[in-house]
Amino acid sequence: MYLYPVWIRLWHIINAILFIILIVTGLSMQYTDKQDYILVVSFARAVKWHNISAVLLTVNYIFFVTSNLISENGRYYRISKKNFGSDLFKQLRYYSWNMFKGEKHPFPVTTERKFNPLQKFSYVLAMYFAFPLLILSGLGLMFPETIINRIFGISGLVLTDILHITMGFCLTIFMVIHIYTCTLGARPSSLFKGIISGYHESE
Amino acid sequence: MKLPVFRLVLTAGLIALSFSAAAAGFRNQNGEKETQDTTSFTSPFYEDNERCFECHGQERYEYKNDNLGTQVKALMCENRRIGRDDFYSSNHKYFSCTDCHSSDYVTFPHPGQLRMEQMYTCIDCHGGDEKFAKFSFEEIETEYQKSTHFSLEKDGFTCWKCHNPHSYKISIRNTENLKETIVFDNTICLSCHSDFRRFQLLSDLEEINILEKHDWLPNQASHFGSVRCIECHTMQNDTILVAHLIRPKEESVKQCNECHSKNSLLMATLYKFQSREQRRDGFVNGIILNESYVIGANRNRYLNILSLVVFGIVILIIGIHIFFRTK
Repeated sequence: MYLYPVWIRLWHIINAILFIILIVTGLSMQYTDKQDYILVVSFARAVKWHNISAVLLTVNYIFFVTSNLISENGRYYRISKKNFGSDLFKQLRYYSWNMFKGEKHPFPVTTERKFNPLQKFSYVLAMYFAFPLLILSGLGLMFPETIINRIFGISGLVLTDILHITMGFCLTIFMVIHIYTCTLGARPSSLFKGIISGYHESE
Repeated sequence: MKLPVFRLVLTAGLIALSFSAAAAGFRNQNGEKETQDTTSFTSPFYEDNERCFECHGQERYEYKNDNLGTQVKALMCENRRIGRDDFYSSNHKYFSCTDCHSSDYVTFPHPGQLRMEQMYTCIDCHGGDEKFAKFSFEEIETEYQKSTHFSLEKDGFTCWKCHNPHSYKISIRNTENLKETIVFDNTICLSCHSDFRRFQLLSDLEEINILEKHDWLPNQASHFGSVRCIECHTMQNDTILVAHLIRPKEESVKQCNECHSKNSLLMATLYKFQSREQRRDGFVNGIILNESYVIGANRNRYLNILSLVVFGIVILIIGIHIFFRTK
């Protein structure tokens, strides 16, 4: 089943590469020390590559949002209130219990339903909540003169940074879970192959 | 152009995260709030000092030339002019002019040889005095004698080139606003290093363009507004609050992670006083309440632990899931 058009695959791989660079350089900046450790990028290089990757990621994100607005792909991200809680619970129950008993997937992938309810919910949270906050706070740190100096007695820069690293951390956790759940396809490698070839292998 | 929409969105996001914090006031060793000035201060030597300020306190002064019998109006030379308000709000406001200057100055015209008067330096009054022990003037003098500035003493460099005795105010201990201290201290350096008229009085070097010299520094404006020149250009010293050992330019700090790291040198320099005071109040991260934010130095131990715990739980859940999948 052809599920992932070229633009989605391109956006996805660019997003993944940039996000990994941003995690490594972000951690390097946050945990840099007077002695540069082997696995940590030096501070000056980390700042440079973090900034470059961040600008590219922002452009890539704008491309993603715009494409979803003008293409059919946007419909996969629309959450319906109808059965929202019960579907989410059903999917959670499948991942935590029923799949071990060999039961069938409660929401099999079709061209009309690319994401299961849990996927859809987490993707919407990641792409339409965490990502904008991450990008806005990142822009704030890149142009500190745009940040309000003090908010309730605390430095605006500190709060912006806390927001930025919190969103960065949440999205890193999302990425770890995302990579793991991608091993839950027909075979552990099926979904990885799918996002490269565009074809989804049904269970 | 500022981005009002961006600011609004950012503010809305930040408000959700923000919490009010009691701004820690900086207190002296007795736990009392220190206050700098004193608009109500009246000097016991006001009348005596006024005889000097009558001419030296203004741009234009008048005197009677007894030989010619005429009233003369003249402009006071810029570096002989002392602002009354500056003096009476300075740390030296309690003094009479003639405490430091020769009493022969009371005569006018001033005797010519007074121009050669030996000026006091800080250590002459403050050295060896228990009352000023906490300021470690002896250590400051030792540092100064090792600094590059000391090599200019033969050309006339003294404490007064940086610290004007007529307007000197102690800064870092007395302000809650670190930005004020940064501007105050950087103005001292820039008064010579960005004013070639003054600079060439002490050096034969060519004029320096500070901005060009520092063009390697990312976000230059942010750095200049957030740290003092002395953070990078002096040798750290744990025993005094403000380091005075100015290093040659080749030895200045150029590695980002000297400041942007867990053991940021700023904790031993710019943030030393504030962080020491805040630690007294039990505050764990001395930098967080400051005006500035330093990537790599603003680490919160609890957030670090929390992030590791959350990450560990996620990995554990994945491990358990793999176990049951493969069972």
